[in-house]
Amino acid sequence: MKRHTLAVLVENKPGVLARISGLFSRRGFNIESLAVGVTEKVDISRITIVVSGDDAVLEQVKKQLNKLIDVIHIAELAPNSSVSRELALIKVGVDATTRSMVMQIVDVFRARIIDVSTDSLIVEVTGSKGKIASIQRLLSQFGIKEMVRTGKVALHRRSQTAADTMPEELQRPIEE
Amino acid sequence: MAEITGAEALIESLENEGVEVIFGYPGGSVLPIYDELYDASIRHVLVRHEQAAAHAADGYAQATGRTGVCIATSGPGATNLVTGIATAYMDSVPLVAITGQVPRSLIGGDAFQEADITGITLPITKHNYLVKDVEDVPRIIKEAFYIASTGRPGPVLIDIPKDVTTDTLEFRYPQKINLRGYMPPKGVDVEQLREAAQLILRSERPVIYAGGGVIISNASSELLSLAETIMAPVTTTLMGKGAFPDTHPLSIGMPGMHGTKYANYAIQESDLIIAVGARFDDRVTGKLESFAPNAKIIHIDIDPAEIGKNARVDIPVVGDARAALSRLTGLVKEEQPRTGAWLDRIKKWKEEFPLQYKRDGLKPQYVVECINELYPDAIITTEVGQNQMWAAQYFNCTRPRTFITSGGLGTMGYGFPAAIGAKVGVPDATVIDIAGDGSFQMNSQELATAVQNNVPVVVAILNNGYLGMVRQWQELFFERRYSATIIEESVDFVKLAEAYGAIGLRVKEPEDVKAALKEAVDSSRPCIIDFIVERTENVSPMVPAGAAINEILDLE
Ligand SMILES: Cc1ncc(C[n+]2csc(CCOP(=O)(O)OP(=O)(O)O)c2C)c(N)n1
Ligand SMILES: [Mg+2]
Repeated sequence: MKRHTLAVLVENKPGVLARISGLFSRRGFNIESLAVGVTEKVDISRITIVVSGDDAVLEQVKKQLNKLIDVIHIAELAPNSSVSRELALIKVGVDATTRSMVMQIVDVFRARIIDVSTDSLIVEVTGSKGKIASIQRLLSQFGIKEMVRTGKVALHRRSQTAADTMPEELQRPIEE
Repeated sequence: MAEITGAEALIESLENEGVEVIFGYPGGSVLPIYDELYDASIRHVLVRHEQAAAHAADGYAQATGRTGVCIATSGPGATNLVTGIATAYMDSVPLVAITGQVPRSLIGGDAFQEADITGITLPITKHNYLVKDVEDVPRIIKEAFYIASTGRPGPVLIDIPKDVTTDTLEFRYPQKINLRGYMPPKGVDVEQLREAAQLILRSERPVIYAGGGVIISNASSELLSLAETIMAPVTTTLMGKGAFPDTHPLSIGMPGMHGTKYANYAIQESDLIIAVGARFDDRVTGKLESFAPNAKIIHIDIDPAEIGKNARVDIPVVGDARAALSRLTGLVKEEQPRTGAWLDRIKKWKEEFPLQYKRDGLKPQYVVECINELYPDAIITTEVGQNQMWAAQYFNCTRPRTFITSGGLGTMGYGFPAAIGAKVGVPDATVIDIAGDGSFQMNSQELATAVQNNVPVVVAILNNGYLGMVRQWQELFFERRYSATIIEESVDFVKLAEAYGAIGLRVKEPEDVKAALKEAVDSSRPCIIDFIVERTENVSPMVPAGAAINEILDLE
């Protein structure tokens, strides 16, 4: 099944996330990842959703999302014309002998160590899903005590933006 | 400018929207609103259960084309609306539901009569609001009516905390709406219509499949012109019934599970399905993979999400049915239709496989035929079950908005309150609820509403002593093990009517049917007729669930 990344621009209002997640669960759409945050415009939040499904599913996802009054616009981010990142924080158990081995791995992945104690390190890594999976695999031999990761966030490359495909009328008030 | 309360602002906003009637039931958190209603110009119809308020508003909306309004108190009042809201949602009925809520400071604390009604109704409303600031009241009312009634209509719920209704504001009703996330399609795509026209001109065996969207968009006369221009047979769904005259030679009745054989055969043999305001519901299509196997499909709908949701579509046309149909007719009217042979075939099917039943004893179908004969212009509402299907099969509608039923959700108990709402909206119409004995008991308390508010509707109960439709499935698929479907002699409906101050009549013989109907209608009072019909009559024909629609059973 194909993965699709959608940037969903929504009204920055309480309850919007519940509308969206409720829609996904009741229509049986598969969310692989979801990340939400404010944008350059105070009244708009941006939700990056990764969905899996064939083209027909993707089309339904977009159409059903569009029916939500609080959804302003949806743009699809194709892998070759966009950049995307996920972030993970991984707490690894270490002792005097394994500490340097962990640090080597962290270097190779261009990750960072952001907290140090006698028996653990917290590693911060950003990158693709695959990169995070690789470092996780390598670190697991030392014992991962705890881990947290964000959903994927993505932007179009170059000067293109998600709002580019937004119909112009959307910017103007509608008159009855 | 003088300040007014949120409750006053609410009523004034409703007046601005032209609301003439509200169906509702009071309670603690809506006391300030009810106090304003006490001397407002808007009529309030007091129901006896909030579910009925929602159904009545729904029936009112379907009969008039205007947005129905209902109101309930917080907690149990609000949750009692839920079935009615879900019913309206499934049938795309414009509805504004107003619920009281506990004061803002108490929200989230499990206060007395608190229910998260915006959360509960999230999946069954087109949109909903929790009003947090009295200043927002006029804007939210304006938006709610706009959203409910435009595009694909649907219910909108507004939850108002009690203290918002007592706060004050300077009232100004907004002129403009600013909803950047809501843009119902305005025009239609002419390019798509041109392609549709090409398909139509090439088709030899077209079928127009018309749904409730045709009625919603007031497109009946445009549908008639298209059908007569291209000489295509028209099948109307349960929700589309009345969009095209059932008496017209091009009408082939209802498709699907209990549709006519000739509608189903026509669909299966067709080379082009022109779907308008219909949604390829499983009760229509049967097994989707074998639905209209030889046909290309044109799908006209105002809701883009309906296109391609169920059936594969060759030409999608997003837009208003009325605009699309009239343009389409314009694009094809120069050519001579080539459907002569096709119409001959359909005529043969009609002759060979008419809707029929054995005329012995008092048959439910006969009761419906009598209603049709005496009151062809009546507004019919139905309950759910066999009664609903017989009403659809044997009542010939000639006008839109005269057949009002819960198609999508199939809500028993819908028809009686919907009849009350329809009669309130169209007082000059004869309004008859074709009911089942089981369904009627789900909202029979509304007899009090009809009597108190003097709403003379007729309830024609096709009393078979069974939850008949379920019994039919048990007979066919569960070895006649009638588990929990026998409801014989549960109540004396005549006495029940009389207890409420309505008229109750009982009919056991076919020869008494018409006299009883006349007596009921002429009485100009709420009236129940208890038709004691053949108990085990089945709805026929029938396509078993999941079968292709030409795999049809004939039932005795
Ligand atoms: C609220 C609700 N509960 C249950 C059902 C399932 N159901 C569908 S038809 C039916 C029987 C209806 O009985 P009745 O009103 O007597 O109508 P009949 O089929 O006998 O004409 C039932 C129980 C339903 N549609 N709605
Ligand atoms: Mg019954």
